[in-house]
Amino acid sequence: MSAAQIAPPRPFRQRHWRLAAFGRDWAAVAAALLLLTIGGMAVLAPLIGAYDPYEANNLLRFAPPGAPGHSLGTDQQGRDMLARLVWGGRVSLLVGVVPTVLASIIGLGLGILAGYARGIVDQIIMRVLDVLFAFPMVLLAIAVAGVLTPGVGTEIVSITIVLIPYVGRLARTATLSVVTMPYIEAARAAGGSPLAILLRYVLPNVLSPIVVYATTLMGLMIVVGSGLSFLGLGVQPPVADWGAMVADGRVVLRRAPHVTVLPGVVILAVSLAFNFLGDGLRDALDPRTGRR
Amino acid sequence: MGRFLGHRLLGVLPVMFGVSVIIFILMHLAPGDVATVLLGPQATEVAKTELRHALGLDQPLPLQYGKWLLRTVTGDFGTSIATQLNVAALVLPRFLNTLVLTVASLLLAIVIGYSVGLFAALRARSVFDRVTITVTLLAGSTPPFWLGLILVLLFAIRLRWLPVSGMVDMAGDGGALDVLRHLVLPAVTTALGPAAIITRMVRSSIREALDRPHVRVARAKGLKRGALLRRHVILNALPPIITITGLQLGYLLGGALLTEVVFAWPGLGALLYDSITARDMPVVQATTLLIALSFVLVNIAVDVINVLLDPRLREA
Repeated sequence: MSAAQIAPPRPFRQRHWRLAAFGRDWAAVAAALLLLTIGGMAVLAPLIGAYDPYEANNLLRFAPPGAPGHSLGTDQQGRDMLARLVWGGRVSLLVGVVPTVLASIIGLGLGILAGYARGIVDQIIMRVLDVLFAFPMVLLAIAVAGVLTPGVGTEIVSITIVLIPYVGRLARTATLSVVTMPYIEAARAAGGSPLAILLRYVLPNVLSPIVVYATTLMGLMIVVGSGLSFLGLGVQPPVADWGAMVADGRVVLRRAPHVTVLPGVVILAVSLAFNFLGDGLRDALDPRTGRR
Repeated sequence: MGRFLGHRLLGVLPVMFGVSVIIFILMHLAPGDVATVLLGPQATEVAKTELRHALGLDQPLPLQYGKWLLRTVTGDFGTSIATQLNVAALVLPRFLNTLVLTVASLLLAIVIGYSVGLFAALRARSVFDRVTITVTLLAGSTPPFWLGLILVLLFAIRLRWLPVSGMVDMAGDGGALDVLRHLVLPAVTTALGPAAIITRMVRSSIREALDRPHVRVARAKGLKRGALLRRHVILNALPPIITITGLQLGYLLGGALLTEVVFAWPGLGALLYDSITARDMPVVQATTLLIALSFVLVNIAVDVINVLLDPRLREA
């Protein structure tokens, strides 16, 4: 066994970020650029674009992509598709990103607590998470969002609840493997308080798998969130959202397929980009588990 | 084995108890007053109070929960608010329809996932392998409800090969062939995501098993590839594959929910959606409970199969 293999992993903060490795991963870089572009357009939506996403125009209904003045066409109310896609990104990205971040923070806290405290605390936390695991992900999200008043807030709450057990379990497993490391024992022997050990040694080492997992989850949650909107359990019309746009297009599928096709392509691209970004981050943060 | 199974089955009880608590609390968080829903907005306050008393809604929550749980475990799910039908009678045929869709999707996902995954693993880094990886990535990110609509557009509206929605033709005989024709698009839609995940797991698992020292020795001694796979590779690669396949069955139970809405497939998902829209809480409760119970039992079945395949797990 070489010295490199037995050296304790350096904490997240100190391990240099291996930006160079990330930069060589063209798929991850392209994904990051795509997400920055779409996210930037969504944030700056009020400043860019010539059209109001809610302004109906009865003279210009069902314009196909490439129509003069409307590069991506119009929908059944004559609303500009590009403007709606850009504005829709505000809600769709919010619903994919915010719950994942919230659930990661809560799940990380619960998982570390369970893995570090062990015993009865561990038992209680894990049994509660087991109950949440007993629901298929989509079912729980639909049930929570469906029962409460529909809206973006409800959508965010429901997706957060669904994700907590997944992050929690991963954080616990990661914590369990970290606390057996010699450097934790050394810190204990040196008289470190449990809180100090948690914050200085456990948290930084558990963080990187969670960051990678959360990035991948964001891609999945864009899909789940748009599914809730598709069912009408998220934002209410006329607010644009990619999932709701697919639902709008459903009734005119025969007449104007682009109204359905375009938002779906955007959801697919964004979800895929989060996956590539997650893979790139994993390779950059943890060189030991390179992809095969 | 019997002890293991008994232990796992006993573990279902606390989990289902927790599930029932969550569902019960959820229904009580629902906005809107049941009495107003039942009697309409014109009802007097006195009539509403009387109805609430008759339904037991004025009792303390734990007592209400206890009574509800007692009724539920004896198979009495109450009466649907929207249709006035017995909920159990409403839910069971829908459950069977969901089962048809789920099992068909799972079989499809297994056939695609196992064959493509194995083929890609045996031809690592070939063009086929690379295409497989790309397609599984795409499939894993595709919103299933959108894919369903695209398939309808292509195969039902443009090519007219298959029906747009439903489970049987209005004018048809409702026979197996008719159901099968209606099953194709929803099953493909539901199966795609799980097929992608299974493919990736089969591919990586087989590749890992192929790399093991005893396989290399066997190959060096001149064992033919078929025998090598049968005797040394597949059994060793199987546990993670079985686990991921089982997880997909659970995912399918959830994923079928959206597909059913898109294709108007008369299963639990479509029923759940309709009853959420109608705020028909007894039906929402029963549907959610039934899907969660199936999911838990499927997970136990997966564990049991894994233990049967690998006795070392029995100790854990």
